[in-house]
Amino acid sequence: MASLNNGVESNVTQTQPLWLLAEITYRCPLHCAFCYNPTDYADYTKNELGTDEWIKVLRDARKLGALQLGISGGEPLLRDDIEDIVVEANHLGYYSNLITSGVGLTEKRIDAFKSGGLDHIQLSMHDITEEISNFVTDTSTFKLKQKVAAMIKDRGYPMVLNVVIHRYNIGHIKEILEMAEALGADYVELANTQYYGWSLINRNQLMPTKEQIDEAEKITNEFREYIGNKMKIFFVVPDYYAERPKKCMNGWGEVFMIVTANGDVLPCHSARVLPDMNFPNVTNNDLKEIWYDSTAFNKYRGDDWMKEPCRSCSEKENDLGGCRCQAFLLSGDAEAADPICTKSPHRHLIDQALEDSKNERLQAQPIIFRTDKNSKEIIQGEHKERLKDFKALP
Amino acid sequence: MNIEHGDVYKISPHHRFQWEEAQNCYVILFPEGMVKLNPSAGEILNLVDGKNTVLDVITSLKKKFKDAGDIDKDIISMFQFALEKAWITKD
Repeated sequence: MASLNNGVESNVTQTQPLWLLAEITYRCPLHCAFCYNPTDYADYTKNELGTDEWIKVLRDARKLGALQLGISGGEPLLRDDIEDIVVEANHLGYYSNLITSGVGLTEKRIDAFKSGGLDHIQLSMHDITEEISNFVTDTSTFKLKQKVAAMIKDRGYPMVLNVVIHRYNIGHIKEILEMAEALGADYVELANTQYYGWSLINRNQLMPTKEQIDEAEKITNEFREYIGNKMKIFFVVPDYYAERPKKCMNGWGEVFMIVTANGDVLPCHSARVLPDMNFPNVTNNDLKEIWYDSTAFNKYRGDDWMKEPCRSCSEKENDLGGCRCQAFLLSGDAEAADPICTKSPHRHLIDQALEDSKNERLQAQPIIFRTDKNSKEIIQGEHKERLKDFKALP
Repeated sequence: MNIEHGDVYKISPHHRFQWEEAQNCYVILFPEGMVKLNPSAGEILNLVDGKNTVLDVITSLKKKFKDAGDIDKDIISMFQFALEKAWITKD
């Protein structure tokens, strides 16, 4: 027998879209301040793909090797065909994940998902207090989420809670973890806000301090020791306080494929912000050609596109230069090193952002919630003062 | 935890083990993650079915791979690893 290498296959030579994320609708009953969806999403709420078109996407992506299916949004449950999509996903051999706020999950629907073979439901939670949970989502959904969590557990689903962390809830990490334990969570993701889309324009309102992050991480580690294997806790570190960028999407066009509500195919959630990019659409392109041959998917694949300081950097394999969208949004150059990196000539933009987030005048500006009204206003050129520092916003 | 010859394991709840034609390997799938298994690990987990004992798995793989030599230790350590990763649970 060959060496076991801890059981992990290592000689993978060709890229394959192992993860298919179906952002099936941009409509959402919540208005979260930290949403990463594009601020101009209101332009994409029309022309949603139909059920048959989604089923074709699922079949074609499966042939390319996709295994993990995320059904996301917006709020996917606003569509009434998730049941049909789940059945097809199961039939095709996907491990299917419904990523939901819980709004719209009824007893009848969860039973249909269970019998249709949905593998797992990831529920977003926001805080232990009703006040903050309702505030950051700009809705009254706290009690409903508690009810939905119990329903998920009752149906024998693995309980996966996703909590986006920001200034308003970072002081409650211990209580959030205790709530997760009480709900019987199997997995908890404490996902520090990543600053794209709506969270980017609300960055001064959401960014926690370094001290808060360190404390949150310490509490998380202590809780991990206490709870052991019973609950897996992921603490997604915020990159603004890091010295090296994240290996975004595990590399452009390496393992992730995102199909948006209207059928555009993207290598990452926020790729639409990049300049001079033409993303192919499933209604008039073959998915295999999109993945392997399209200009969009090849543009930042590998490291041929890199310029200095990335090109000659000894660490370039670790992070592939970081995130293209973050580089562009902050520096105006999509091929620049991610400004998170302390070797980047644009690192001062990150340091300035951290300074700004401590500025009381900037903090006091109102949050711009993710609403259709705000999205339409942004498309029409309003809110300029809040958008002027970010390159890709209208 | 020590792996005993008489122990019976199964794939953990909420995990799925399957052969993938496109990747030409066995994979294990779970919430938020997946692992492509190398051929040896795949052969072992393929026999972890809630019925076979650890000894059954060893015996059957020794029969299948006659030239492999003394693989008992490798198989036991794979069980240990899979258990630590929570891919398998004791039945």
